[in-house]
Amino acid sequence: MKIKGAELFVKALQEEGVETLFAYPGGSAIDLFNALYQAEGIDVVLPRHEQALVHAADGYARSTGKTGVCLVTSGPGATNLVTGIATANYDSVPMVCFTGQVLSYLIGNDAFQEVDIVGIVRSVCKYAVTVRDRKKLAETIKKAFYIARTGKPGPVLVDIPKDIQQELGSDAYPETIQIRSYKPNTEVHAGQMKKALEILKKAKKPVFLAGGGVVTARAQQEMTRLTEQTGIPVITTIMGKGSIPTDHPNYVGNIGMHGNYASNQAISECDVLFSIGTRFNDRITGKISEFAQNAVIIHVDIDTASISRNINVDIPIVADAKSAIMMMLENTKKMQIEKWVEKINIWKRDYPIAMADSKGLTAETIIRKINTAFKNSIVVTDVGQNQLWTTQYVELDENRQFLTSGGLGTMGYGFPAAIGAKIGNPDKDVICITGDGGMQMNIQEMATAVVQGLPIIICILNNGYLGNVRQWQEMFYQKKYVATCLRYRKSCEQDCNTPGKCCPKYVPDFISLAESYEAKGIRVEKEEDIEQAFAAAKANTETPTVIEFIIEREANVLPIVPGGNALSDMIMEYKGVDA
Amino acid sequence: MMKKRWICLFVENEIGVMARISGLFSAKSYNLDSITVGTTEDETISRMTISLTSDEKTFEQVKKQLNRSVEVIKVIDYTDISIHMKELLFVRISHCKEADKAEVFRIAQVFNLKVVDYNKNSVLLECLQTEERNNDVIRLMEKCFVNRIEVVRGGGVAIEGISVSDR
Repeated sequence: MKIKGAELFVKALQEEGVETLFAYPGGSAIDLFNALYQAEGIDVVLPRHEQALVHAADGYARSTGKTGVCLVTSGPGATNLVTGIATANYDSVPMVCFTGQVLSYLIGNDAFQEVDIVGIVRSVCKYAVTVRDRKKLAETIKKAFYIARTGKPGPVLVDIPKDIQQELGSDAYPETIQIRSYKPNTEVHAGQMKKALEILKKAKKPVFLAGGGVVTARAQQEMTRLTEQTGIPVITTIMGKGSIPTDHPNYVGNIGMHGNYASNQAISECDVLFSIGTRFNDRITGKISEFAQNAVIIHVDIDTASISRNINVDIPIVADAKSAIMMMLENTKKMQIEKWVEKINIWKRDYPIAMADSKGLTAETIIRKINTAFKNSIVVTDVGQNQLWTTQYVELDENRQFLTSGGLGTMGYGFPAAIGAKIGNPDKDVICITGDGGMQMNIQEMATAVVQGLPIIICILNNGYLGNVRQWQEMFYQKKYVATCLRYRKSCEQDCNTPGKCCPKYVPDFISLAESYEAKGIRVEKEEDIEQAFAAAKANTETPTVIEFIIEREANVLPIVPGGNALSDMIMEYKGVDA
Repeated sequence: MMKKRWICLFVENEIGVMARISGLFSAKSYNLDSITVGTTEDETISRMTISLTSDEKTFEQVKKQLNRSVEVIKVIDYTDISIHMKELLFVRISHCKEADKAEVFRIAQVFNLKVVDYNKNSVLLECLQTEERNNDVIRLMEKCFVNRIEVVRGGGVAIEGISVSDR
């Protein structure tokens, strides 16, 4: 039977098992939307901005393991996706983005709402293609889903010109696809693994470093079994947090710029660093020449290009994290490393992460209360201090997931990603921890959350600053607060760095803003009120709840390894410029 | 060690692949000396010859990054294997007097260049040589005919030699 390209598009989504489509219409996509009219099994979610749309698809994908699917129009609709595509790319999130395109014969004419979106996203996605022939539409969509989901997952963009959407053609959709130029690695190289395990066996001070690859492969249970079987302590990157339960005795903590002392010290002193699924980003290595300088480094990664790029690896193993861990489970046993474990435990005990003011309404007290109040939950952060504090204090296990924009560090990610997570996990509590800055980058999504009936709990840590940059300005730029104060008004002294009681009133008033969207708003100014606010938020099952926490304006994220320093060179306490 | 390296690349013959590959070099700050592309005996496949100057570590990254690109079918390192490499170069010499033309013809004879076009005061040479040899020709021409030459070069094209065992 002959059907339109747009109808084939809908059929393809159904065949791929797409249940939720994050979509924003426009002139060049209207045929695709028309074909979605009363389409069976596909829930079309209309956000209020395409950037939020793509972050929502990202949050949906990360939290469910399914592929996030977006549909937008050409031109501005497409360009608004770019930040979200890059965000998904750097954190290896499977996503397929469909963009409408102007009529084929208008391409190149600077037609209305025409952009070369494939050219624009080329360097920030896994694959991007314009469909130029109706006959290739089915195959191209199949290919897109296959590429997005397999190997190192990532975003794929399919650009469909309007005439292709309208053209009649075959209704066949292939069940499988072979791509000669794309053969993702699935097997673990047994020889390399054997070599690695021989070295591991002789280690006196080994550690596992688990990255986002373990979480992406959903290998948390296997990783936990591996550490229990071997007794080797586990350190994580920000993206790898949750690879084993954070309350597990073998868990040391995060490494990196805001990691804990024990982890950074253990990495600096270990003799075998067995890393799985991390690309050794600069935020985790600190000064490269001093990173794990005593260690033999073994690196498991699904992406060959991530191996020996940032640090020199002694034994590379190209493999999916889960398959590699499974193979290790068959070939390892308990190691005699009690002294080393004890040493790490002493570091852990003597230098725990804690805020300078651990009492009162601090990020730490708020996040610790979230840990106890929401057992079966997904915690989503924005970017900045709110994110870093969460990576430090959130407790994770099989019941609590953690989503954050770790690679690209995209402000504005948190709230829309939480929307996507809630849509994909209606039975879980979804908590968005964000800042007053990041919340305002996609605040229009209040409408989406309300109309979709999503009782998300949005915790705004309001310090009236773009706090993370302000912290760097304070610590490394002589306290020159340039363009970081969100309470600044024209009447203020320029570049003021002395916040106080007389500062102008904060806008917007998040509480009345929430109410204007028919959502619930609660302002918390005292530690005692945290629990009550969470109880009220839990009771509100119909709409989102915005809880605005008024926190100390100049609280810092500590410890910190200043950029370019070695991991062993951390600032544990900071008393201000004059101290 | 910084040195000249060669890569042979088989890619899908699709729109945008050239942009993808050259974009990869600029996005990752890899230095690119030359890149040539053309279809093969199978017209769905294009073959590129890429030359670059880099150290060993960067070169490893280049190969890996090329390999992980979805459109790339195969990457072959030509740096240390026996290859046949040629580059097409045209040199036009203008404002020639009689003596200049005689000199051009002498150079052509010695360097095995072809005179492919000619008029009263210009000569056009075609050189099909290795890239290094072409560099030499250009340097010599620049010295002999200051500000009177125009050069266009095609970038290297390379193929593996036939190994002894296959003969």
